[in-house]
Amino acid sequence: MARIVGGICTSHIPAIGNAIARGLQDDPYWQPFFAGYPPVRDWLERVKPDVAVMVYNDHGLNFFLDKLPTFAVGAAPEYQNADEGWGLPTLAPYPGHPQLSWHVIESLVNDEFDITSCQEMFVDHAFTVPLALLWPGNRRPVKTVPVAVNTVQHPLPTPARCFKLGQALGRAIASYPEDLRVVVIGTGGLSHQLDGERAGFINKEFDLECLEKIVNDPQALTRYSIHDIVRLAGTQGVELIMWLVMRGALSARVNTLHRHYHIPVSNTAAGLLLLESAA
Amino acid sequence: MASVSKAVDAIPGTYPFDGTLAQKGYALNKMCYSFNDAANRANFRRDEDAYCAKFGLNEEQRSAIRNRDMLALLAAGGNVYYLAKFAGIFGLGVQDIGAQQTGMSLAAFKAKLKAAGN
Repeated sequence: MARIVGGICTSHIPAIGNAIARGLQDDPYWQPFFAGYPPVRDWLERVKPDVAVMVYNDHGLNFFLDKLPTFAVGAAPEYQNADEGWGLPTLAPYPGHPQLSWHVIESLVNDEFDITSCQEMFVDHAFTVPLALLWPGNRRPVKTVPVAVNTVQHPLPTPARCFKLGQALGRAIASYPEDLRVVVIGTGGLSHQLDGERAGFINKEFDLECLEKIVNDPQALTRYSIHDIVRLAGTQGVELIMWLVMRGALSARVNTLHRHYHIPVSNTAAGLLLLESAA
Repeated sequence: MASVSKAVDAIPGTYPFDGTLAQKGYALNKMCYSFNDAANRANFRRDEDAYCAKFGLNEEQRSAIRNRDMLALLAAGGNVYYLAKFAGIFGLGVQDIGAQQTGMSLAAFKAKLKAAGN
């Protein structure tokens, strides 16, 4: 049977992709951010997952407002990256795992989550930057299953709904008959706001609360509305819902293996967590 | 059931992109979405007015595009993720547009972000 070996949440800021492309990991601005990642890479080298389920939000590469699914799951043999319009280098494709994807789609729909399935899907920086951080060197050691959550156009799915989606995702993975080691990765956050006169808003106090609660009391975060999270974490800080999907997929009790938090990367407070299900 | 989206308090300087804005800004966002393609970016640069006309932008949207005015683009229904592709044509990143929207210099905007970590 497939087994979830752990969960990771990490920011996915495009500027990180540029810093990687330009080799700036040791630059004084970037070093305190990149310094958070080696322990997670070491864990991945040790655990060697076969598949990464990537819970992320598309920023207008694959989806436009003509057809915008709330939850979409990729079911392709590979996923192409492409030009997003502002200069991030286009990366080589990522291998998919269509069999696991279809199993997840069937299981989620059976569990009353009405998923949009995608046999072609461009993956943007929210998918590629975390993979480049976790497996540097443009390697492709894991197969991927993209799970895209709408954060472009309100109404967004509620935090509670996203946590339940994660729980259903956990059941889906656990019922896959083949022996697979699966890591679930939620990308985005933490607090940031790009638009409006409140651009540049960062809320360290709320972020630290989230880093604490997501581990031991995720239910507390599910009681917030989307509007609450926009107020507390900024318009783009709502990406916290990706972290809640990831957390829902893990068991009720988890151990924190690693945690990192750094302000700022570009306009964003960058967070990183590595969680393992407790026995 | 009461309207969910209207029952909440406004957040100063914050405009969640909802159905109202999505309808208002559809043409503008569709144009900006087209800027994922380098050939479209080049076409826009060659003749901005013709490119805006092709997508059916209204005068409010055209004026905001001409002025590279992010707050006016948001008010005209622009979504920041698509507008970022427009800004990218001129080599402007999210910190540049953050400085513009807050009326700060780029250096002051960056300092504000750094100070949020203290």
